[in-house]
Amino acid sequence: MNSPEVLDRTLVLRAQDGEQAAFGELVSRYMQRAYYAALGLVGSHDDALDLSQEAFARAFRARASIDPERPFFPWLYQIIRRLCFNHTRDTSSHRKKLERTGHWLSDTTMGSAPDSPERALERAELRDQVGAAIEKLKPREREVIVLREFEGLRYREIADAVGIPIGTVMSRLYAARRALARELVAAGVVDAKMLEEQ
Amino acid sequence: MDSGGTSSPRDRARQLMMAAVDDEITPEERDELEAALAGDAALRDEWDAFMRLREVTGGMTVRRPPPEIWESYWEGVYRRFERGLGWVLASVGAIVIATWGTWEWVSQLMADVETPILVRWSVLAMCAGLVILFVSVVRERWFMSRSDPYRDVLR
Repeated sequence: MNSPEVLDRTLVLRAQDGEQAAFGELVSRYMQRAYYAALGLVGSHDDALDLSQEAFARAFRARASIDPERPFFPWLYQIIRRLCFNHTRDTSSHRKKLERTGHWLSDTTMGSAPDSPERALERAELRDQVGAAIEKLKPREREVIVLREFEGLRYREIADAVGIPIGTVMSRLYAARRALARELVAAGVVDAKMLEEQ
Repeated sequence: MDSGGTSSPRDRARQLMMAAVDDEITPEERDELEAALAGDAALRDEWDAFMRLREVTGGMTVRRPPPEIWESYWEGVYRRFERGLGWVLASVGAIVIATWGTWEWVSQLMADVETPILVRWSVLAMCAGLVILFVSVVRERWFMSRSDPYRDVLR
């Protein structure tokens, strides 16, 4: 059997023996996932690339502490999220509201069917508004919504990655979606019914 | 779906709403949610708003970067290993050289009988003080990083 878990375990053990090529294989296996996880958290291509690479470099330095019996990515994700949250905290005071662009999102419905230019423009604006609204969420709320909506993780996977119970995942998702709806109401994208009842 | 404990029926209904929105709900839980929504107009409004939100965000995903970045990704990680190692070696070398230079200078100063004894002992006291401060700061940071109960708290 050569399941992803078995392959991870083999690569981790080889990396722990000092085999850099084995760690290189782990990087190849998880670089995209790491990048997209970071992109969802920091909202910038350059920062996501930088932080995800830094996470791998730190993972390599701390490879002796990896438990080969557990999946590799949730362990790596702990490093990614800490780097991203620290980065967001350190840069938040420098980023003004107007700088939130939402350009890190894309719309898969665009281009799948011929749209009128007006419709395409409308979807592009909506995408940017959603992206900018997500950027305004609290980091922990933003994290769960990105993992669920854009990474497509199941609740169990989110719980494992973030290190919280499933019930907390759902509560946090609820809070995140309400906050997102509030932002979109303010932007005129969603009707105000959402805010009538607290 | 095992949601764990919840604090109120409404919180429970809200968790079930999330599970329903994300297709992680069991048939029994769906019945429970339907019953909750039927008996609470405010929850029903929230539910409708969440469904609208799903329509808005549906089809959106994170933007794909240029595929070339994956070809050079490993090099970026590798450069970080190299630079990390470079910084460590350079720092260790600089600390050793600075320590040796200071030791030589202080030894010569202490052996120089032409320098007033007050100056010699003052320099020695200053060096000892700096060493104590350095060790104290390093030790504090070391212990704090290992025992800080708030180290995982994200501000």
